[in-house]
Amino acid sequence: MSTAPTPETVAALLPEVAQLIVEALNLEVTADEIQPDAPLFGDGLGLDSIDVLEIALVISKRYGFQLRSDNADNTRIFASLRALTAHIASQRTQ
Amino acid sequence: MNSACRLPLFSSDDLDLPVAWRDEGGRAVSRSRRRLLAEAALLAEKMSPHLAPGAGIVNLCNDRYHFALGFVAGLLLDAVSLQPASHAHETLAEIAADYPGSLCLRDGDDSALPPALRDFPLPDLSLAQPDGITQQPEIPVDRVVAILFTSGSTGRPQAQRKTWGKLVANVEAGAQALGLAHMPQHIVATVPAQHSYGFESSFLPALQAASPFWAGKPFYPQDITAALAAVPRPRLLVTTPFHLATLLDAGIDIPALDGIVSATAPLAPELAARAEAALGAPLLEIYGSTESGQLASRRPTQDTAWTLLAGVRLEDAAGQILASGRHVEGRVPLGDRIERLADGRFELLGRHADIINVAGKRTSLAWLNHQISAIPGVRDAAFYLPAGRPGQHVVRLAAFVVAPGLSSQGLLAALRQRIDAVFLPRPLRLLDVLPRNSTGKLTQQALETLYQQAMHE
Repeated sequence: MSTAPTPETVAALLPEVAQLIVEALNLEVTADEIQPDAPLFGDGLGLDSIDVLEIALVISKRYGFQLRSDNADNTRIFASLRALTAHIASQRTQ
Repeated sequence: MNSACRLPLFSSDDLDLPVAWRDEGGRAVSRSRRRLLAEAALLAEKMSPHLAPGAGIVNLCNDRYHFALGFVAGLLLDAVSLQPASHAHETLAEIAADYPGSLCLRDGDDSALPPALRDFPLPDLSLAQPDGITQQPEIPVDRVVAILFTSGSTGRPQAQRKTWGKLVANVEAGAQALGLAHMPQHIVATVPAQHSYGFESSFLPALQAASPFWAGKPFYPQDITAALAAVPRPRLLVTTPFHLATLLDAGIDIPALDGIVSATAPLAPELAARAEAALGAPLLEIYGSTESGQLASRRPTQDTAWTLLAGVRLEDAAGQILASGRHVEGRVPLGDRIERLADGRFELLGRHADIINVAGKRTSLAWLNHQISAIPGVRDAAFYLPAGRPGQHVVRLAAFVVAPGLSSQGLLAALRQRIDAVFLPRPLRLLDVLPRNSTGKLTQQALETLYQQAMHE
């Protein structure tokens, strides 16, 4: 069911996913301030596991698929905005 | 109780009963008590040469079965199970300093530890010999087998010492309230085994209420449903208001359940009603604290009042409510404002102002203020918990800081070393001075004004 998205597809989807994260988490940054390749956790955007569940929820609503811990590497998926967007692009059903 | 008095590890002698279920190559398999004992004995043998007399085991295993191996190995070695409230570097360093020579048992996590804490990755235990195990250990009731840490207001982790006898009494009373005493269930828990709630409601019932746990700690809604589907009925979901809300909001099919337990934060009555309707099972809330153990339960769709667990008493001492009796060690002051009812039950009126709860994790504002003030360069600082907005799952803290020369990014990085990530402030605002009044106090109103300014910048 997953297809490898092209870099162009991912790049085009980046602003939408950034906006989704900012709105879901009430972040203080604007969507275009999130660096696509900066870490989302720790010293990057500073997200935590609570945020991950909140993001997972809005992703399931918007893109029609559920995240799982065991069939994908979560550390990799949430490594950066670009990594998360690539995962969404490959898994989305809507 | 005298030291000659012992209680067995399991509440019955049948060592072939399952103690855990786990995923093995995509298949759910059970683990017997006998196998747990054999593997724990082998683990104890491997740990023994590295463990100083009187030292403990900091058990950070994520997998509940691995946690059980470390806990039982500690019982066999007479090494106390040290269970920190967070994995923050400073917290672990303080525990390492207070319990010298302790080993840190971990499964799969290889992040850096404080130098004083010796790493002990969970070794291969496949050579364990379950057939050689014919009896279960009996543990003196007055032996301290676990120390659970809470974040005290002094800035050091507060050690809550749990004897085996009190733990057994606690889980008996809890199992009675949850109905496990009459009908053992299979437990799927979204909370860690180390913290008091998960320890008492997901781990100990496997030993003392014949209710095996699912070894994993499911995270996403889809993980929770997969874990539930993997264990046989009857099934009990042990969770928190936050996990429950995200599970229901996901709108996915959830396997048939036989019970739901929630604790760590008050559950909104609407959420409780929604959960019972959607999951078709009764939802019970547990009230307790790390200091006191579990104290009371209620079914929020039927009653707002809490019923005390068997043998627990409350008393009013000069306006402060104290819990005591049965499994409660001593007389424990409660962090909540409580109204006692004539029939012995009680209503929770809210928390004392200093105690806060973010996504089910509790701490005190005094402790957070101590932590941020201890960062070099910070002259003054105050954390603030604003009121939540409708529809918001989790309310985040704010912090206002006077720290000339420091950046908010630098402050956050330093804080991250000291406190659990859920308590990191959003927003963190740097100010020239805090609006303290003539007695040096910051009023709630002054903090709310700062918060409103920060949100409308």
